[in-house]
Amino acid sequence: MSADPVETFRQEAQDLLEQIETGLLDLAHRPGDRTLIDAVFRGLHTLKGSGAMFGFDALAAFTHHCETAFDQVRKGQVPATAELVAAVLDAQDHMRALAEGREAAAATGDALLARLHAAVAAAAGGDPGAEQAAEPVPTATTWKVKFSLPADALVNGTRPLPLLDELRELGPCQVKAITDNVPPLAALEPTECHLAWEVVLTTEHPKAAIEDVFIFVLDDMILEIEALGAPEVSAPAASTPAAVAVSEVAAPLVSIAAESSASETPASEARASRGGETVRVPAERLDELMDRVGELVIAQSRLKQVAAAGADPNLRAVSEEIERLAAELRDTMMVVRMVPVAQLFGRFRRLIHDLARDTGKTIELTTEGETTELDKTVIERLADPLVHLIRNSADHGLETPEERKAAGKSPAGQVRLTARQAGAEVIITITDDGRGVNRERVRAKAEENGLIQPGAVLSDHDLLQLIFHPGFSTAAAITNLSGRGVGMDVVKRTIEGLRGSIEMKSEPGQGSQIDLRIPLTLAIIDGLLVRVGQARYVIPLAAVEECVELSAEQDVRSTGRSLITLRDQLVPFIRLRELFHTGQAPDPHQKIVVVSTGQERVGLVVDQILGDHQTVIKSLSAFHADVETFSGATILGDGGVALILDIAHLVAAGQRRDAQLRAAG
Amino acid sequence: MVDDMNQSADALQVLTFDLHGETFALEAGLVREVLDLTPETAVPGSAPFVSAVINFRGRVIPLADLRLAFGLARGADTIDSRIVVIEYELEGGPTLVGLRADKVHEVTSLEAVDTEEAPRVGLRWRTDFIRCLARRDGDLIVVPDLGQIFATKGGATGAVVPLHQA
Repeated sequence: MSADPVETFRQEAQDLLEQIETGLLDLAHRPGDRTLIDAVFRGLHTLKGSGAMFGFDALAAFTHHCETAFDQVRKGQVPATAELVAAVLDAQDHMRALAEGREAAAATGDALLARLHAAVAAAAGGDPGAEQAAEPVPTATTWKVKFSLPADALVNGTRPLPLLDELRELGPCQVKAITDNVPPLAALEPTECHLAWEVVLTTEHPKAAIEDVFIFVLDDMILEIEALGAPEVSAPAASTPAAVAVSEVAAPLVSIAAESSASETPASEARASRGGETVRVPAERLDELMDRVGELVIAQSRLKQVAAAGADPNLRAVSEEIERLAAELRDTMMVVRMVPVAQLFGRFRRLIHDLARDTGKTIELTTEGETTELDKTVIERLADPLVHLIRNSADHGLETPEERKAAGKSPAGQVRLTARQAGAEVIITITDDGRGVNRERVRAKAEENGLIQPGAVLSDHDLLQLIFHPGFSTAAAITNLSGRGVGMDVVKRTIEGLRGSIEMKSEPGQGSQIDLRIPLTLAIIDGLLVRVGQARYVIPLAAVEECVELSAEQDVRSTGRSLITLRDQLVPFIRLRELFHTGQAPDPHQKIVVVSTGQERVGLVVDQILGDHQTVIKSLSAFHADVETFSGATILGDGGVALILDIAHLVAAGQRRDAQLRAAG
Repeated sequence: MVDDMNQSADALQVLTFDLHGETFALEAGLVREVLDLTPETAVPGSAPFVSAVINFRGRVIPLADLRLAFGLARGADTIDSRIVVIEYELEGGPTLVGLRADKVHEVTSLEAVDTEEAPRVGLRWRTDFIRCLARRDGDLIVVPDLGQIFATKGGATGAVVPLHQA
């Protein structure tokens, strides 16, 4: 995977395109922001460059046009108008197709470019496009180009020869190598570049074309471009005398360097693609590493047991040392797997942009808490459900501008996407200020689908939950946007698959809010180790509310009813030993672990609470995929296996059993 | 083993083991390790064929009992009882699976002439669970069709019928 350079490029292109997209979308709100313009330009530029390097010529050629357009924006020749931004945004999809190697029709590309040029021309206004005017009247100019590369250029893969070849392509040139800096043979380091070159080039291309040749090495190299003789400078500066042109030569160069260094430093958003700062690692390797760390944690807890049993103080000291290291390693590993949700949220800005266009609604997306971090696997699995939820909000939730005005709201619909960490969970909230859920329609639909009896009395909360029922879709007509075969039930299942939960609130006329509670990681959780019969089980600690004793008196009284009173509230409980058919007499002092699943609070009756356990989650094989009571397994300090209880499903199973009991008795 | 190239066509390298007095054979290439009995963790609610999981070198792997697929009685564990760990392609990629064995014999090769298709008559086991039968020293060796057995999680258990009149 990592060995394939083309694959590496594709990944890089993906990142670059995302970066460009973010920049463009921001630019739509803040036209004229220099940093953004530069970021977009830099992205396009790198994409073009590495595209060409990896043989994606069509991509490079296409990107070049967008880059040129943005270059003009950057130089202040044309403003970044909405049309221009939109044109580049659309062109970006084409680039993505090209980067992925999909067959992209050349005609599409041409049409996009035509639109781009039109946008540039329009943006330039009455002033005929600077560069476009220049192109038709090329005049040969002679330039003196002096350049030298940094000493480590060769090591870093820069080859001077292709650079010279590229210069030759621009026009006839004389190349002279400057050997002044070549050290004596004894001191010569063969891998370093000591040569400089002086090239006298006569070309019809503008000076920028010469700079372009060096564009990938520009940051570190020394480059001087001087006009020789009296050049006919092209249209925008047609009347500029030669002397001014020469001084102009130096100025932009400096400014380019200044810009790139200035924008590189604060660029937290621009992920440095250069080596040293970031390393790309295939996700599987991280998973493997996580497995090893998990095994280490298990082995360490065995060591701890052995050390505690023995009397050797040295062994105990080493064991404690290992324990500390293992814990640190685990924490570091978790951090490595964490990525900010910004990566996820970034995609939705484009989604909203497209949704607004397709629905004719004005939609404003605000995001908050983008730096909140989640496990990478979790982030990936969250993408689809979130797309669906946002689509729903925009499509069903928000009204048209007219309807909004009539309702006394601002014509622009608001969609808010926030993320925040709360304990071992991240809460992602999607809020809209639309019309809210139409209860009547939900009820009608549910009755129609036979989910509820006509006229059944339901609490408002239960009614809203029907939306998550399989086969339920509120869209009267399935639009292009929502209802592509994925219902809210799939969303719910995906979230539950991540051991998370979903909850909906809705205020008629005011909008809806959906909360997703997602555990921070899938790999390791804090668990409560309990014993039921002979077997040990892990209950995710995040779900545990409290532990109480099931007194003998309560035990007897609750037989058949399985309800206890907890601070004046009736809480149903499930006897795990019955559910698991342990078939032994229960311990005299059973405990109830009260867990909550969103709304439901439920007690789990266990024989013994063994204590906290750092749980490295191992998934169960396909053979046990249908056993929904367990979300996975973990290995305990003594080498035994404990199953991890899936609280949501366990509660469902308990309720089913409860219903059966009631029906039978 | 000498002429591996030729053998692959008409011979089968297998590991033979006993299940309730019957001899079974598994392709040796599938076998990862043979373990002594190790503590098992029952998975309540799972199919009886794979009713437990074990810790195999830090991994949690399912423990399957082929005896249930062939309707053989599950005797008490003995000093000879072993777990044969195989790697098998299940949905979702290669999976390690532990198989219970009453006794593990040897790795041997079954010649093509020894093997025969499972006869449809005279055998009350599910024939689709049997890849082929082989004769060896007057003994009948069953090569189970793991793909079929795993796909049906051991299927419905048949009647206990001896394979050969002894």
